[in-house]
Amino acid sequence: MSDSLAFFLIQVLNGVQEGLLLFLVASGLTLIFGIMGVINLAHGSFYMLGAYLAYAFATLTGDLWTAILIAVPLAIILGLALEVVLIRPLYGRDHLYQVLLTYGVILVLEEIRSLLFGDDVHGVTVPAFLDFSVPLKDALTYPAYRLFLSAICLAIAGAIWWLIRYTRLGMAIRAGSTNREMVQSLGIDIAWVYRAVFALGVALAALAGMIAAPVASVFPGMGNDVLIVSFVVVVIGGIGSIKGAFLSALLVGLADTFGQIYLPQLSGMTIYVLMAAVLLWRPAGLFGHAGAG
Amino acid sequence: MTQSIRKASRRRVLAGMAAAGAAAATGFVPTRFAIGQQAKIRLGLMLPYTGTYAALGKNIDDALRLAIHEKGGTLGGRDIEYVTLDDESDPAKGSDNANKLVARDKVDFMIGTVHSGVVMAMVKVARDTNTMLVIPNGGVGAATGALCAPNIFRTSFSNWQPAYAMGKVAADAGRKRAVVISWDYAAGKESTDAFTEAFTKGGGKTEKGLFLPFPGVEFQPLLTEIAALKPDVVYAFFAGGGAVKFVKDYAAAGLKKAIPLVGPGFLTDGTLEAQGEAAQGLETTLHYADDLKFAKDKTFRAAFKQATGRDADVYAVQGYDTGTLLISGLGAVKGDVKARDALVDAMEKTVFDSPRGRFTLSKAHNPVQDFYLRKVQGTENRYVRVAVKALADPATGCKMSA
Amino acid sequence: MRPTRHRLLLLTAFVLLALFPLLAGTFYLQLFAKIMIMAIFAMSLDLLVGYTGLVSFGHAAFFGIGAYALFVLSPQYAAASLYLSLPAAIGAAAAAALVIGLLVLRTSGVSFIMVTLAFAQMLFFYVMGSRPLGGSDGVYIYVKPSTTLFGWTPVSLDRPAGFYYLVLAVLAASYLVLRFVTRSLFGHALLGIRSNESRMRALGFATYGYKLAAFVIAGAIAGLAGYLDAAQFGFVSPDLFGWRLSGAVLMMVILGGMGTLYGSVLGAFALVLLQDGLTDVTRHWLLPFGLFIILAVLLLPRGIGGLVHRAEKAHG
Repeated sequence: MSDSLAFFLIQVLNGVQEGLLLFLVASGLTLIFGIMGVINLAHGSFYMLGAYLAYAFATLTGDLWTAILIAVPLAIILGLALEVVLIRPLYGRDHLYQVLLTYGVILVLEEIRSLLFGDDVHGVTVPAFLDFSVPLKDALTYPAYRLFLSAICLAIAGAIWWLIRYTRLGMAIRAGSTNREMVQSLGIDIAWVYRAVFALGVALAALAGMIAAPVASVFPGMGNDVLIVSFVVVVIGGIGSIKGAFLSALLVGLADTFGQIYLPQLSGMTIYVLMAAVLLWRPAGLFGHAGAG
Repeated sequence: MTQSIRKASRRRVLAGMAAAGAAAATGFVPTRFAIGQQAKIRLGLMLPYTGTYAALGKNIDDALRLAIHEKGGTLGGRDIEYVTLDDESDPAKGSDNANKLVARDKVDFMIGTVHSGVVMAMVKVARDTNTMLVIPNGGVGAATGALCAPNIFRTSFSNWQPAYAMGKVAADAGRKRAVVISWDYAAGKESTDAFTEAFTKGGGKTEKGLFLPFPGVEFQPLLTEIAALKPDVVYAFFAGGGAVKFVKDYAAAGLKKAIPLVGPGFLTDGTLEAQGEAAQGLETTLHYADDLKFAKDKTFRAAFKQATGRDADVYAVQGYDTGTLLISGLGAVKGDVKARDALVDAMEKTVFDSPRGRFTLSKAHNPVQDFYLRKVQGTENRYVRVAVKALADPATGCKMSA
Repeated sequence: MRPTRHRLLLLTAFVLLALFPLLAGTFYLQLFAKIMIMAIFAMSLDLLVGYTGLVSFGHAAFFGIGAYALFVLSPQYAAASLYLSLPAAIGAAAAAALVIGLLVLRTSGVSFIMVTLAFAQMLFFYVMGSRPLGGSDGVYIYVKPSTTLFGWTPVSLDRPAGFYYLVLAVLAASYLVLRFVTRSLFGHALLGIRSNESRMRALGFATYGYKLAAFVIAGAIAGLAGYLDAAQFGFVSPDLFGWRLSGAVLMMVILGGMGTLYGSVLGAFALVLLQDGLTDVTRHWLLPFGLFIILAVLLLPRGIGGLVHRAEKAHG
C-alpha cells in the first residue's frame, strides 16, 4: 500500500472515530429534540458531568469501568430529576423559554461542577488492559483505546437501532417523531415516553463523556464545545432521526478531521459550511421531516 | 387605580435614583488615604486561577508572596494589599479585567499574566492609564518590543528566547527537516517562528507548521500528519494541561521512538509527574533547570517546597523574581509609588542573584539570561549544558532600546 | 398604560441616564456605557424576535462585523473619523445582513435558529484563522475615533463622560428609529408575520421581503452597537462573533420581555448589573445568576417587561 494512501486511510479512521463519539452525544439530543420538542441546551453539560464523574470515581476506585458503572445511574437520576422539576413546565411553551431555562441550567451545572471538582484540567488514565498501541505504518501506532472507543460507539448505535425497531418504546419514538399530537390522541402515555427518552438522552451524553475522558481530557467548558457541534450534527441529520444523526455524525467527524489537515486556515469553519449547504438544499436535514421542530 | 400606578411609577423612579446614587457614591469613596505613605501598596495580581494554566498561576502567586514574606512582608517599608483577579486565560475578557483592576480597585501595580493574549490587554491598559505593570510569565514579544514602555517590566522571558535557543541546538545537532506544531495564537506563532529563524540560520528547514485552535487538545489528526511527513525533528510549543496531553499522545502514537521531539521548557515544566514515561529523555531549552548548582536556587527550592508542599518550577522562579524586583525598586524609593521616574530607574538597574542565575534586564525591560539545554530524567529536567549564553530578545520596534 | 404615562417614564429614565455622569466615577461610567451598548444590540434583536418572530441565534455576527469594521478602518496610530467610520460600519453590517438574510430566510423554525448560528460561527472561525485580523488573540485599536469635523471637536471620546454621552445619544436615536419602524405599517405587517405567516401571505403580503428588510435593519443596528463596543476599549476579538454573545443578547431580549423595545433595555441593564454585582460577591457567581434565569423563566412568563405590562393591566 502506498504511503499517502495508507496515511489517508488512517486519517479516515481518525475522522470515523471522532464521528462515532459525536453520534453518541448527538443521538440523545436528536431524540429529546425530535420526540419531546424540547431544545435542551444543557445537553453538553451532561457530557461534561459524565466526564467529571468518571474522573472522580476513577480516582476513588482506581478503575474506569467501576467508575462508569456507578456514574451512569447517577447521571440518569440527575436527568430524571431535572426533567420533572424544570423541563416539564416547559412543554408547549415557546421554544425560546426552553432555550433560556436550559441556558440557566448550563450555568448552574457548570458552577456545581466547579464547587465539587474544582477548575483544573484533569486527565483520566486509560484502563491498563487497553493501554497499548497497535502498530500501523512505519513509526505510527494507533492507541488501542481509541479503537475500543469506536467499537463501543458502534455497539451502542446498534443497540439504539434495535431499540427503535423492535421495542414498544421504539415504536412510540418513531411515531412521536413524525406526529406528536397523534401519538397523544391515540392514548399512549406520552409522559412516560418523554421521561424514558429524556433519561436515555442524558445517559448517552454522560456515557460519551465518560468513555471519551481518557482521550479528550477533562476540563471546564468541555460541554459547550460539544453542544454546538452536536446541534450541527442533529440539524444536518434531521431532527428526530437516529439514522440521520449517525450519518451526519460521521460526515461531520470526517469533515472536521480532513479540514484540519487540508484547510488549516479554515479548519473550524468546515462543519458550519457543511451545515449551511445541507440546510439550503434540504431545510429539514438529510432525513428530517418537514413537520418536526 | 391611577393613584396606585402613579405610586408604582414613582416608587420605581425613586428606586432607580437610589440605585444610581449608590452606584455613583461608590465611585467617590476613597479606597485609600490620599495623604502620605501610610496607606498600603495595592498589588493587583491578574493570573489564571482556573483552567489549563491554573497550576502556573498558583505557583507564580505563591512564589511572589514568598519572596516578599522573606524580606519582612513589606515593600519599601509599606504594608501590602493583594487584589487577585482570575483572568481565566481569556483574551476577550482581558481588557475588562485589567480595567477593573485599575479603574475600580485602583491598584499601584498590575502583575500578570500567563497567557500572552491576556498580557496584551494588560499592556494596553498599562499604557493607556500609565499604571506600573510587571509581567511574570507571558512572553509575547510586543510587550518588550513594539509596545515597550517605561512602566512595563518583564521578569520571565520572551517567546523568542527559548525557541531561538532550541533552534540553534537542533541545527547544531545536524537536523535538516523540522515540523513545528503549536496552538494558533500569538505565543505559539512567535515561538515557532523563532525556532525556524535559528534553525534556518543553522542550515535547516521547517517543512510545515501545524496549528490548532487554543486550547484544543485533539491532536490525533495532526500526529498522523507528522508521521506522514517524517521530519528529522518536531518542535512543539504547549504549556500546562496541553503540554501534558501532547507529550503523552506523541508517545502513544509511537512517534517518540522515531522522531525526536523538542521544545521550549514549558513542554516539560510542572508537567513531568503527569507525563510520566512519555516524557523521559525529552530535551528542552529554558532559562531554568531543576538541578542548577547555584546556592540561591537550592535555598529557594527548599523554601518553596516548605511553604507550599510543591516542587518549584520556572513559573515559581519568575514569580519569586517579580517579588525581588518589586522589593528592590520600592526599597530604593522608600515606598513612594508616586516617584515614578526614580522607581523605574531603580527597577531598570536592578541586578541580583536569582534561582536561575544572574538576573539583569535589557533596555527594553526584558531579562537577559543564559538558556540551558535540559533533559528529562525521572520527574526532573536535568541540566545538560548552556545552549546560549546571555541571550537577549531582539526587542524589534522598541523605542527604548536605542 | 396610557401613552402619556409611558412616555413620562421613558423620559424620566432618559433624564436620569443623562445626569448620571455628574455623580458617577470612571468605572461606573464605563460600565453603564457598556450596558447601553448591549441595550442597543438587544433592541435590534427584539425587532427580529419580538416583532417578526424570527429567533436568530447568530445575531452577534453583525455585532462583530461592526466592531471589526472599526479596526479595519482605523489607521494604526491615528484616529479614524467618526463621521466616516460609523456609517461605513453600519453599511458593512447591513450588507452582510442582506447577503446572509437572503440565504437563511429560506428556512424557518428550528432550522432558522441553527443556520443563523452556522453563519455566525463561520465568521467566528474565519476571523480566528486570519492573521491580518489578529486571529484568536484579537487585535487592538490604539486610538479612539475622533469627532472632529472641519476643525471643531464637539466631544472627546477619550473622556469616559464624552463616550458615555455619545452612546446615550445613539441609544435614544436607535430607540426612536425602532419605535417608528414598529409603529408603522411595516411594523404591523411584521407582527402579522409573527402570529401567522401563511395568513399574511394569503392576504397578499410578500412576507419574504418584509422579513429580509427586518433582518437588514436589525443587522445594521447590531453593527452600530458593535462599532461602539470596539471604540470603547479598543479591543476586538473573534468572541464578538461567538454563540455565547448571541445567546447572551437573546437572554436579554427574552428576559426583558420580547416585543417591547424598552424590555430589551431593561433586560440589558438587569443582566449586566446582576453579573457585575455577583462577580464581586463570589467567584461562583454563575450559580445564583443561572438560578435567577431559571426562576425568571418559571415565574415570569413574559419577562421583566411583562411585569410592567401586568402593572398596567391591573390598574386599568
